[in-house]
Amino acid sequence: MLLYIVKRTALGVIIVLLAVALLFCMIHLIPGDPARILLGPRATPELIAAMSARLGLDLPFPVQIARFFANLLRGDLGMDVITNRPVVEIVISQLPYTLWLIFFSIFFAGLIGIPLGCYSALHRNTLFDRISGFVSVSFITTPSFVVALYALLIFAVALKWFPAVGAGDKGDLLDQAVHLVLPVVSIGLAWVGYLARLVRASMLEVMEESHIRTARAFGLTERRIIYHYALKLAILPTVSVIGVGMGFLLSSALLTEIVFARPGIGKLIYDSVITRNYPVVMGSVLVSTILFVFSTTVSDLINAWLDPRTRATL
Amino acid sequence: MIAVLRRVIKEPTGLFGLVLVALIVGGALFAEILAPYDPVALNIPDRLQSPSQSHLLGTDQLGRDLFSRVLYGGQVALGVALTAIGVALAGGIVLGMLAGFGPSWLDKAILLFFDTTRSFPTVMFALATVALVGPSLQTVIAVIIVTTIPTYGRVVRTQTLSIKSNEFIKAEQVMGAKTTRILGMHILPNIVGPLMILASMDIPTVIALEAGLSFLGMGVKPPTPSWGSILNDGFGLIRVTPWPIIAGSIPLILITLGFTYLGESLRDFIDPKLRKSF
Repeated sequence: MLLYIVKRTALGVIIVLLAVALLFCMIHLIPGDPARILLGPRATPELIAAMSARLGLDLPFPVQIARFFANLLRGDLGMDVITNRPVVEIVISQLPYTLWLIFFSIFFAGLIGIPLGCYSALHRNTLFDRISGFVSVSFITTPSFVVALYALLIFAVALKWFPAVGAGDKGDLLDQAVHLVLPVVSIGLAWVGYLARLVRASMLEVMEESHIRTARAFGLTERRIIYHYALKLAILPTVSVIGVGMGFLLSSALLTEIVFARPGIGKLIYDSVITRNYPVVMGSVLVSTILFVFSTTVSDLINAWLDPRTRATL
Repeated sequence: MIAVLRRVIKEPTGLFGLVLVALIVGGALFAEILAPYDPVALNIPDRLQSPSQSHLLGTDQLGRDLFSRVLYGGQVALGVALTAIGVALAGGIVLGMLAGFGPSWLDKAILLFFDTTRSFPTVMFALATVALVGPSLQTVIAVIIVTTIPTYGRVVRTQTLSIKSNEFIKAEQVMGAKTTRILGMHILPNIVGPLMILASMDIPTVIALEAGLSFLGMGVKPPTPSWGSILNDGFGLIRVTPWPIIAGSIPLILITLGFTYLGESLRDFIDPKLRKSF
C-alpha cells in the first residue's frame, strides 16, 4: 500500500506540473498577445510593450516558464493587473465559498440519494423503484445551470421564499445558510440521481453476497442486515465517484455561482474573463485544476485502501 | 441496424428516448420548413409575448419568435455535438490504438497526456481558452475535443490491449501482417461498437456543455440562436417573463433525457454479456 501511495501521489504531482506547463504554453503559443488582449483594441504599442514588460512577457520563453514554476513553488501566482493585488490572495479569498457550496451540495445529495437508492434496491422492480429510476435519470441529465435558473425563477422571483443573489451577511450564519439553499439544490440534484442509481446497483450486488446470506442464516433481522452490513459496503463506491466527479462539481459550481451572483472561484473566473484579467483567470484555473487532481488522487488512494485489486492498475 | 432499432423500441425507455431524440433532431433538421418565423428577424412591437397561436413559445425582448429560435438552436447544438464528438472519436481511436499497440514508453506517455488534459475542469478550461482567443463556436468545439479525446482514448487503449492478446492477432503477426492492417482490419472493427455507445451517451453531455458556455456568452455570437443564448436572454429577463427560460430549457432537457435513454438501451443491447441472453 505504501508503494502505491508514493506512486499515486507522484503521479498526481506530475499531472499537476504538466497541467501547469500546458496552461502556460497555451497562454504563450496561442496566437494573440496576452498584453494586447488585456489592454483591449485601443491600446497603443507603447502601452502594450509596458504591459508585456510588467508581466514578464518580453523575456525568452524558457526563462518565462522557469520563472513561472519558481514563483509557483513560492505560492506566487502573479499580480492582478486591475487591482494590483496578488492573484493567490484573491483566489484564496474566494475559494472557501466554492468549497462550502460543493461540500453542502454533496451532503444534500448523499442525504437524499443514498436512502433513495437503498430503498429502491430493497423494493426492486416495484412502482416506487421505477419512478425513482426515471426521476434519478431526469435529475442526472438536466444541466445544473438549468435547475439553477428554474430554482431562481420559482423560489426566488415568483414565490420569494429564498434570496436571489449573494452569499449572505458574513457574520450571520443563518443568512448564509438561507443563501446556500437554492445553489446547493441546483448542484446537488444531479448528484441525488447519480448517487441513488449508484447505491441501488451497489446494494443489489451486496445483498447477493455470501456474508449477507450467512447473516440471514444466523437469524439476524433484515433491518440489522441492511443497516449494519449491507449499506456500509454499498456506499463505498460513492467515495471514488465523488472524487472523480470533482471536475463536474467545479464546473457546476461555476455556472451556479453566476446564476445566483454568489462569490466563489467560478464567479471570479467568469468576471476575470469578462474584464480580460488573464492573470486571475489563469491563477484560478490553476487552483481549480490542483483541487481536481488532489481530489482524484485522494479518491484513488481511498479506493486502493478499500479494494487492493485496484493497486495493480498503476 | 434495423435489428438494433427493433430491440430498442421494444424497451419502453428505449422507445421513449428514441421518440424524444427523433422529435428534437427532426425539428432541427427541418427547421427551415417548420419554423414559422425568421429566427433572427426583429419585431419590436411583438416583444415579450406569452405563448399564443401565432407564437407557440412566445417572443423574446426583441420580438423574435422563440419557437423558431428553439428549432434553429437545435442545429447549433447538434452541429457542435456531432462535430466535436466525431473529431474526438477519431483522435481517441488513433491515440488509444497507439497506446495499446505501441511500445510501453509510448503507452505511458499517451496515458500521461490523457491524465493531464482530463485534469482541467471542463468549463473552467473553456473559459481560460476563451480568455485567450475570444468567444466563438470554434473555441467551444476545440475545447470539447481536447477534453473528450482522453475518454475515448482510454476506452480504445483498454480494448486494444485486450484484443491484442488474442491468438488470431498473434497469428497475423507471425504471418507478417503489417501493424496498420492488424489495427485497421482486426482491432478497429472490434472496438467500434462500444465506442458508438459511449459516443451516443456523450452527446447529451456535450450539448449541455455547449449550452452552458453559450449561456455564459462564450459560445455562439448573437444573433445566432442557440439554446444556451436563449437561456441567457431569459436570465436577463427573469423578473419580466419566464418564457425564454422555459423555451430554452425544454429542448435541452428533452434531448439530454432522450439521448441518455437511447444510449442506455443501445448499451444494454450491444453489451456482449447481455446479448448472449437474447
